Amino acid sequence: MIAILLLHLVVGTVIVASGDRLGRRAFLVAVVAPAVTLGWAATQWSGVIDGAAVEQQLEWVAGLDLALDLRLDAFGLVMVSLVSGIGLLVCLYAHGYFSHPGPGTARLAGLMTMFAGAMLGVVLSDHLLALFVFWELTSVTSYLLIGNDDTNPRARAAALQAIVITGGGGLAMLFGLVIIGEAADTYLLSELLADPPTGGAVPAGLVLVLLGAFTKSAQFPFGSWLPGAMVAPTPISAYLHSATMVKAGVYLVARLAPIFAVVTVWRPLVLVVGSVTMIVGGLRALRQHDLKLLLAYGTVSQLGFLMLLLGTGAYKIAQAGIVLLLAHGAFKAALFMVVGIVDHEVGTRDVRAIPKLAGAWRPVQVVAVISAASMAGLPPLLGFIAKEKAFAGYEVATFAGADAVLVVTVVGSILTFAYSARFVLGVLGRMADDEHRLVDAHPHDPPVAFWAPAAVLTVFTVVAGVAPVVVDALVQAATVALDPAAKPSEVVLWAGFGLPVVLSIVVIGVGTLLVVARQRVSEAQRRLSAPLAHVPSTEQAFLAGLKGTTTFATGLTARVQHGSLPLYLAVVITTVLVLPVVVLVRAGIEWPDPVDAAVQIPLVGIIVAGAVGAAMMTRRIAAALMLGAVGYAMAGLYIVQGAPDLALTQLAIETLFTVLFVLVLRFLPPRFVDRSPAVVRPFRLAVSLAVGAAVFVMMLVAAGGRGDVTEPSVSQEMIERSAPEAKGNNVTNVIIVDFRGLDTLGEIAVLLVAAVGAVGLARLGRGRRSGTGAPDAPDGGDLVGATEAGRES
Amino acid sequence: VKQLRIVDTSVRVLYHSIFVLSLYFLFAGHNQPGGGFVGGLTAGAAISLRYVSRGVDSVRRAFPVAPWTILGSGLVISATVAIVPLLLGESVLEHDDVTVELPLLGTLKATTALPFDIGVYLLVLGLTLMAFEAFGDDPDDDAAGDEPDGVTT
Repeated sequence: MIAILLLHLVVGTVIVASGDRLGRRAFLVAVVAPAVTLGWAATQWSGVIDGAAVEQQLEWVAGLDLALDLRLDAFGLVMVSLVSGIGLLVCLYAHGYFSHPGPGTARLAGLMTMFAGAMLGVVLSDHLLALFVFWELTSVTSYLLIGNDDTNPRARAAALQAIVITGGGGLAMLFGLVIIGEAADTYLLSELLADPPTGGAVPAGLVLVLLGAFTKSAQFPFGSWLPGAMVAPTPISAYLHSATMVKAGVYLVARLAPIFAVVTVWRPLVLVVGSVTMIVGGLRALRQHDLKLLLAYGTVSQLGFLMLLLGTGAYKIAQAGIVLLLAHGAFKAALFMVVGIVDHEVGTRDVRAIPKLAGAWRPVQVVAVISAASMAGLPPLLGFIAKEKAFAGYEVATFAGADAVLVVTVVGSILTFAYSARFVLGVLGRMADDEHRLVDAHPHDPPVAFWAPAAVLTVFTVVAGVAPVVVDALVQAATVALDPAAKPSEVVLWAGFGLPVVLSIVVIGVGTLLVVARQRVSEAQRRLSAPLAHVPSTEQAFLAGLKGTTTFATGLTARVQHGSLPLYLAVVITTVLVLPVVVLVRAGIEWPDPVDAAVQIPLVGIIVAGAVGAAMMTRRIAAALMLGAVGYAMAGLYIVQGAPDLALTQLAIETLFTVLFVLVLRFLPPRFVDRSPAVVRPFRLAVSLAVGAAVFVMMLVAAGGRGDVTEPSVSQEMIERSAPEAKGNNVTNVIIVDFRGLDTLGEIAVLLVAAVGAVGLARLGRGRRSGTGAPDAPDGGDLVGATEAGRES
Repeated sequence: VKQLRIVDTSVRVLYHSIFVLSLYFLFAGHNQPGGGFVGGLTAGAAISLRYVSRGVDSVRRAFPVAPWTILGSGLVISATVAIVPLLLGESVLEHDDVTVELPLLGTLKATTALPFDIGVYLLVLGLTLMAFEAFGDDPDDDAAGDEPDGVTT
């Protein structure tokens, strides 16, 4: 399995790296990956159907228990067949679609292959965190695919919207997965299924995971990115945004539902969101004139339907969901291909402009009619079987709200019937009106190779519908793979007369009425939606949210990073002053012995003299040297206290700092000049004295802080363990590089950032000075300039 | 750059000695006072002597690679030492030790803490070089001698 994933990565990279040299032949190269995957899946077929999952594990980060656990069970096989089967056909189709490849066309093939690899990773991962990584990779490749035409601002905006929404959901999902994994003490899906976690945090984790699944599968109210993503070339839309990627959310929900459906938050959330998505998507699809947008909203609606089927945790309904997964993959990909053919050969996707076509268009029209009929749920097609099974499953379901959801699925199916009919009428040219008719329409005849992939999918739709036995074993095994307790029924075309058949007749009857009276329906829709015009759509809400975030961030930055050095200093000092004092007022002060050794007296004398001197000096260099004296005397105190390492470090730092001080001071005026008004000086003096006093008290409290603690100091253990465990006699160094080595790593990383920042600031200031010729105020001015430059960029 | 002969001569003598001392601190650190941090600071002090005596160009010439390369490679070395045990199934920064019998020199005992310390040493050294790179230019060269004295502190 790992080899399969690597193959996708390699093929994708090779194609992307080859630039535009391959042109549309890149899609023929890309066929290799799904073809090999399908061949491999075929060899595993019989074993997996019998219930023997294929497992493979690759150690990844052993220290964190991270491994790449891959597992192919029957449900995974359903998804692999979808991803690679449709992937193969879409590659062949894209070869016909891009008959005039432009720059970046070949890149699409490479990215699509990488996407397919990531998607296979999602459905093959048994480890939740590996699943998350692949999940995000599909978001990233989807972003690149939508925005492939980087000269088109609409494509860039749509790509950004898609990745912000799905990426945000993905982050929420990561938190949720970690909560669940920690509660269960395992991150393996297969182990979760065997031993479901319980506990207070699990519902919160589930809500977060569902948030990720909802954004990925374009559920209400996160669905606005999917119609936007339709700016991508049609083969991409057919593959990612109908047949595969958007099913990732449904896939995860299907995996988790048998485990977590009993948790209180699960069913209400999934069923309500799925219901709203199914109805709203269907209503919006009915209003579209663009065939591709019609299909996009139809996909949103069907994803809601899939949520309702795979999210209940009831195996009978889940089985219907698995059939619908297969059926939807086949008919929706075929329909998208039809849209692409019409768009490519006629030059429009507007149902009002598509003329009546004949001759070589017949096969395309047959594909469109049969696939749309499967979508509408007409017998004897696979879509019909899925819908019947769904109704039958909800008929016997016992959980709360099942009857209401059954009504929702019937209404949703009626809408589906109506927009399927709208699609067919549009493709057949029956909705053309004079107003929109193309003036110089010269539709080309589509070549056979162009529509052949869609025809293959249609053949599957028909064969699997007439003889469901071809998918029966797979569907049954997949149902058991999701829920070992399941006893799936046979997949048959005619399950006997009962409520499902009645409901199907209702769907077809009411649906036909909606189609016949479509003028009036659209009138009514317009009238009814008029009051809703003032309610912001989810799309507008998203844009407003995005804008609000940047506005807020800009405002906050302007307030917090105002650029006034004295104010920065005041904030820092006050924090230092206030925070410890809150603690200090409760702690008692224990006065230590004033003098341990006689030599301390002159050392402290030097320190006091140096500190006072530094504050009194008017020359900057002199003040810096005074501070140096304080530092050296401190090093002396360390030696007296028996800390040679500390003293050594202090000496080295002091030496270096004095030199660096002098370096920087050369850029400043030699003397301190205070231009601030006289009234603030007493205030500053007070703040300084307060800080000094606070630090003094803090040191006293800290020194006496161990007085009433009876446990031995932690340093005792460190000294004991230093030589035997870390093989070092210098415990100070052992602490730095071993016991607390991670701290050191963090500290040196900070040092690096500080060094780069200092050089950047210095260069910036210097550059400005030589650029304008007029010297700037060197310290404050440069900093203000730097922050302002940062704010503008 | 003005040069004082007495400073120049003493720096010639001291520069390499201090550098050797810094290396001693680095390698002895695990058992005696010292370590990568102190070693790096000491090397920085040697460089500051060189700077005082012969200016920033001399400091630049002293090292064949750019300051930021030294800085970055320090972090890379230390981070590598930290992460490799993770990949081998141990915890972060798990150290290992080896004992080698060297002819003539006797027994050499070393732990993987040493490369970590070398990383710290290089980073601190790079930091010092960066500081001289940033502020070491002669301000007179920038025609900044007549600065306004309107600076508050």
